[in-house]
Amino acid sequence: MDYNLMREFADSWGLLVMALFFIGCIGFAFRPGGRTHADRAAQIPLEDD
Amino acid sequence: MRFGTEIVLLGLFAFAALVAAGFGADEPFRQHMWVLFFVLAGFTAILLRNTDFKPVAAIDPSAYMDGPIRYGAIATVFWGVVGMLVGVIIALQLAYPDLDIQPWFNFGRLRPLHTSGVVFAFGGNALLCTSMYVVQRTCRARLFGGNLGWFVFWGYQLFIVMAATGYLLGITESREYAEPEWYVDLWLTIVWVAYLILFLGTILKRKEPHIYVANWFYLSFIVTIAMLHVVNNLSMPASFLGSKSYSAFSGVQDALTQWWYGHNAVGFFLTAGFLGMMYYFVPKQVNRPVYSYRLSIIHFWALIFLYIWAGPHHLHYTALPDWAQTLGMVFSVMLWMPSWGGMINGLMTLSGAWDKIRTDPIVRMMVAAIAFYGMSTFEGPMMSIKAVNSLSHYTDWTVGHVHSGALGWVGLISFGAIYYMVPKLWNRQRLYSLRLVTWHFWLATLGIVVYAAVMWVSGIMQGLMWREYDEQGFLVYSFAETVAAMHPYYVMRAAGGAMYLAGALIMAWNVTMTILGYQREEQPLPGSKPAFQPAE
Repeated sequence: MDYNLMREFADSWGLLVMALFFIGCIGFAFRPGGRTHADRAAQIPLEDD
Repeated sequence: MRFGTEIVLLGLFAFAALVAAGFGADEPFRQHMWVLFFVLAGFTAILLRNTDFKPVAAIDPSAYMDGPIRYGAIATVFWGVVGMLVGVIIALQLAYPDLDIQPWFNFGRLRPLHTSGVVFAFGGNALLCTSMYVVQRTCRARLFGGNLGWFVFWGYQLFIVMAATGYLLGITESREYAEPEWYVDLWLTIVWVAYLILFLGTILKRKEPHIYVANWFYLSFIVTIAMLHVVNNLSMPASFLGSKSYSAFSGVQDALTQWWYGHNAVGFFLTAGFLGMMYYFVPKQVNRPVYSYRLSIIHFWALIFLYIWAGPHHLHYTALPDWAQTLGMVFSVMLWMPSWGGMINGLMTLSGAWDKIRTDPIVRMMVAAIAFYGMSTFEGPMMSIKAVNSLSHYTDWTVGHVHSGALGWVGLISFGAIYYMVPKLWNRQRLYSLRLVTWHFWLATLGIVVYAAVMWVSGIMQGLMWREYDEQGFLVYSFAETVAAMHPYYVMRAAGGAMYLAGALIMAWNVTMTILGYQREEQPLPGSKPAFQPAE
């Protein structure tokens, strides 16, 4: 595995996988029903003490 | 027997340090091992004086473990004052070179003492103690691993002492923000892995199903720093009993590894970790949930996906390939978006409670921190553009930029978190004095403004003087002339730093008195109590 091979992987499949993962994360945050889940999660620090 | 294992291990390591002090390959290493020996031997003695054979009291597994956090809060304040004091000293050394005291206290040795002191000792302890505080309270679980929290705290202090004394003895790897030599790096690796186990273990045994976003930021900080630290410090010691090692990389690869580390230390140590602080302590102090939880998730993923590529902007116009420079520049500019998304999220948490900026000096401090986060994350991408960088690089503008981020964002948000935590950790009704917090706020803010403004002027002047040609193509100014022109700005910068230090000293006084249980009798701040209108 030399530099060129890694470089080629990085700007093809590697880039694709990371871009898809990133888009998936955003999509997950905006999924249907995500808002109620997020609103509940936002209350976590305030329910303590 | 209490501390039995600890005493035996500490004694053994103290003996090993003594042996290394005797057989060391070079004089600085032998001196450094003497330091280590006295520290470890002193610790062994302290533990021996505090041990007994009484059965150990059972620990309530549902109670939070706040001991290391209390120590961490004190260490944060202590190292903050030390690191900022060294900063003022080296600022004065730049203005008045006669203050260079050879060899231990010259500028070259004190400068890494300042940077490591404020970044790793002050900032690191703030991250350590707040992360332990936040992870327990948002997971509703006690810290994992029994006394592991204590090991992480004391192990990290030992790293700080060894790094600091090493600099003063002239031991350095000369990698920026990673100056400690190989044996100190190895110790930090052990402590950091323990920290990761402590944090992850606590998350795994959480009683709250959801992992709150602050913990994501803290965890990304811990994981990334582990990776950066190990790769950047890959080196071969010249002797296993010596203080010199050689990097595994050479030439431009070495430079890029260094700045991949260096910029992500900014991104994950000084940004991600402190954003974790923001996402817990701002909602707590304002008593409102974060403005948009979904924005915080996008903020998190966008920040960690983009930051890791920004390092090459430190190597514009060097032997680094052009494509890598451009990559660094493009990712730095893109970083603007998640940074400002996070800033807006933090600021808008106050929506409906904006009056607290007027009435609560701790909220004011946190809001100023977020504002400085926004300002420095605007300035940074701008400076990473190659055309701007050709003027700003190697000048004081960079120094000013770093300090608006470090003093403004990192410093103020840490102070805010300390002011929030200390009364709670010691079960005090309130801080010793809120008026002193106001004093701290204004001294710190004015200090930063003086510092950053002065460095803009001197940095741009310096850059313009360096590149000025006459009509025949000769440089107009010699280097020494640019240095002489900067003298007044160096004096003003030291004054700005001294104001910031004065604010930190006020905090140290305020925190000490709060811990001791005093409450200052003072007029309540205007607006902090509702003012009743007289009946008409």
